[in-house]
Amino acid sequence: MPVLTENRRTGIVPPPPVTPPGGRGDDDSSNSGSSFPISKGQIGVWILLTAVIMLFAGLSSAYIVLRGVPAWQRIELPWLLWPNTAILLLSSVAIDISRRAVRRNDLQSMKRWLAAGGILGLVFLVGQLAAWRQLVDAGVYLPSTLQSGFFYILTGLHGLHLIGGVVALGLVLWKAVKDRLSAFNYEPLKLCALYWHVMDALWIYLFLLLLLL
Amino acid sequence: MSESHVATHHELGFVRKYIFSTDHKVIGVQYMITAMFMAIIGGLLSMLMRYQLAWPQALSPMMAKLFPISYNGGVMAPEFYISLVTMHGTIMVFFLFTAVLTGGFGNFLIPLQIGARDMAFPFLNALSYWVFLLSCIVIFAALFVASGAPMGGWTAYAPLSAIPSAAPGQATGMTLWITAIALFAVSGLMGGLNYITTILTMRTKGLSMMRLPLTQWSLLITSILGLLAFPVLLGAGILLLFDRMGGTSFFVPAGIIMNQVPLDHSGGHPLLWQHLFWFFGHPEVYIVVLPAMGMASDILSTFCRKPIFSYRMMVYSMVAIAVLSFIVWGHHMFVSGMNPFLGSVFTLTTLLIAVPSAVKTFNWLGTVWGARIRFTPAALFALGFISMFVSGGLSGIFLGTSAADIQLQDTYFVVAHFHLVMAIAPLFAAFAGLYFWFPKMFGRFMNNTLGKIHFWFTFIGAYCVFFPMHIIGVGGQMRRIYDPTQYMFLQPQQPMNVFISISAFILGTAQLIFLANFIVSIFAGKPAAERNPWQANTLEWTAPNPPGHGNFPPDLPTVYRWPFDYSVPGEREDFVPQTVPTTVTARH
Repeated sequence: MPVLTENRRTGIVPPPPVTPPGGRGDDDSSNSGSSFPISKGQIGVWILLTAVIMLFAGLSSAYIVLRGVPAWQRIELPWLLWPNTAILLLSSVAIDISRRAVRRNDLQSMKRWLAAGGILGLVFLVGQLAAWRQLVDAGVYLPSTLQSGFFYILTGLHGLHLIGGVVALGLVLWKAVKDRLSAFNYEPLKLCALYWHVMDALWIYLFLLLLLL
Repeated sequence: MSESHVATHHELGFVRKYIFSTDHKVIGVQYMITAMFMAIIGGLLSMLMRYQLAWPQALSPMMAKLFPISYNGGVMAPEFYISLVTMHGTIMVFFLFTAVLTGGFGNFLIPLQIGARDMAFPFLNALSYWVFLLSCIVIFAALFVASGAPMGGWTAYAPLSAIPSAAPGQATGMTLWITAIALFAVSGLMGGLNYITTILTMRTKGLSMMRLPLTQWSLLITSILGLLAFPVLLGAGILLLFDRMGGTSFFVPAGIIMNQVPLDHSGGHPLLWQHLFWFFGHPEVYIVVLPAMGMASDILSTFCRKPIFSYRMMVYSMVAIAVLSFIVWGHHMFVSGMNPFLGSVFTLTTLLIAVPSAVKTFNWLGTVWGARIRFTPAALFALGFISMFVSGGLSGIFLGTSAADIQLQDTYFVVAHFHLVMAIAPLFAAFAGLYFWFPKMFGRFMNNTLGKIHFWFTFIGAYCVFFPMHIIGVGGQMRRIYDPTQYMFLQPQQPMNVFISISAFILGTAQLIFLANFIVSIFAGKPAAERNPWQANTLEWTAPNPPGHGNFPPDLPTVYRWPFDYSVPGEREDFVPQTVPTTVTARH
């Protein structure tokens, strides 16, 4: 394993085997000897996503319960949410194109699309802030109605999670610029794309929740 | 990261080695020491409460000097008593039990018992401790807020918790409480992420899931519970914070009048907080109890010199408990105004938990049955755990039945129940674990005789404190009552309160024996020269005492069998460690 790690630095890496050779733990230099089929990083990100999903599951169950109280009042959602949603979807597409590019070892295209995805993500965040602005201009504040409270909190929390995604994307981009990613070693990009897609799906879920319920 | 593990031992400075360490063993011990400090605070608070309950009108000039506002006129103020209840519960549930069992033992034991050099994400692991420490400092600070410590109980029911002007402690104190719990949840997430990833991906060669010690199974299941439950509490806490500071009304109904001024809030739902809180709160009980069960099972098997009775059922019953724990939260809300039909559903699911719990108890008894038990302090505390768990669990059947609960709700019967089952029982398991793994942690033994004295004082003391509470509870003494003598119908029970308080003082004092034993033994205990002093089978006992950085020099162990090969017929010794190759037959 240390040999592989050393080579990662120079960028000439043999394709890593799907499962480490020789069964569990026979190599001693690190703990990566387990034959568990999923990498540590992937499990870590999935666990993180489970926690994020539970956070929003808790909040949306609160939303659904309070939707039933007599004081519930609908607010007019800002129209900016529609283009914002499109932009976030496009950012997901861009990141996925980048992920496909790295699989072909097309590193230039990977970097370009990665940067595009990150910029679209930032545009989405700015767009969400502008949507808040629209709502404020319409005189709808955090405590105005139950739904407006949920609107600001849900979009705000989602935005915070997306900021985390943008930071992660920036780190991956930095690695890409330093030529640390290649067709044989692009797990950071894979994990980042996974996180990003789930945040994208989460936004669509939240948007539908706010729109329909 | 992997490079740093090639060498088994690095010479680092004191600060890097013992303070800002990323070594799982150091982090585990840091968690334990911090939790012990919090336990002392939480324990002292309960002593103040017991003093007040036994002698309600007594003057306490010394306390009046320490807390001039809370002891105005030398007598404890009712508000201060409620703050004590809140802080005692919060500190004990989160900052002692959750922290010491998953944070302390989890960190220390996971890599050692699965044959790994460290956790999957050592930096994240260290970060988890430091965020935990920060949350401890914040909750500790809540005790010293000028307007008073939080008064919402550890359950922080709304609307009391949602309106800062509702009570003195509900202003800054409550905000600190929510902040501390949020930080704790984040720290727990980082820990849980590590535990699950490490147990799943970093088991050494040959260590299949069904060869894991039960401690590891319990820690894995607990981490999954925490992962699913804590984010919901975090979400509820965020909504609560906005109710308090952002003017929203998620949990505050319309028409509340404070100091003759109607509040602006409208339309919220106080019951919603209870639903969200208990959706977290009930799994939290098992987050505390499951690791206790796992550790007690392994320790019991070792000292009974017998394999654990029905290993597979032990695993499956833990999984069953974990699954059921998410659909029973309503049994905390039978009298809250929830639909009574839901009450009967929650009664059913709650009583179902008795089945896997009984399976476990049966298996523990099966393990002890006919064994020649080696009565070390660890074995005694593991047996004590079972006793406390069964005693506390039985009253759970009364409380889980909605019809009986309507009578017993919010009485001392409940206090007796949850203390035995989720405070004293895990405490016993934690003590068992400390006595058991102390040689591995510090390379020395704790004093055996003092350990046994500590056990008997704690065992008898705990029953003297908590058993009579069932009786005064049925007699009607309310759960958070400040002065039981103010009610005529409670006055005949007052001698029982005095007895409980005296027992509590003895129980509390007896813990000093442990504390002294623990501290002195770190520096001057009998050196543990042998790697495997208890003749146990699990992997941590093949590592040096204490294990250096990297745990297993020079090679990681290889596992050939399950961890419970005790008294195998035909073997020379009465234990066969997991690393001994199987020759003819493999049991598992």
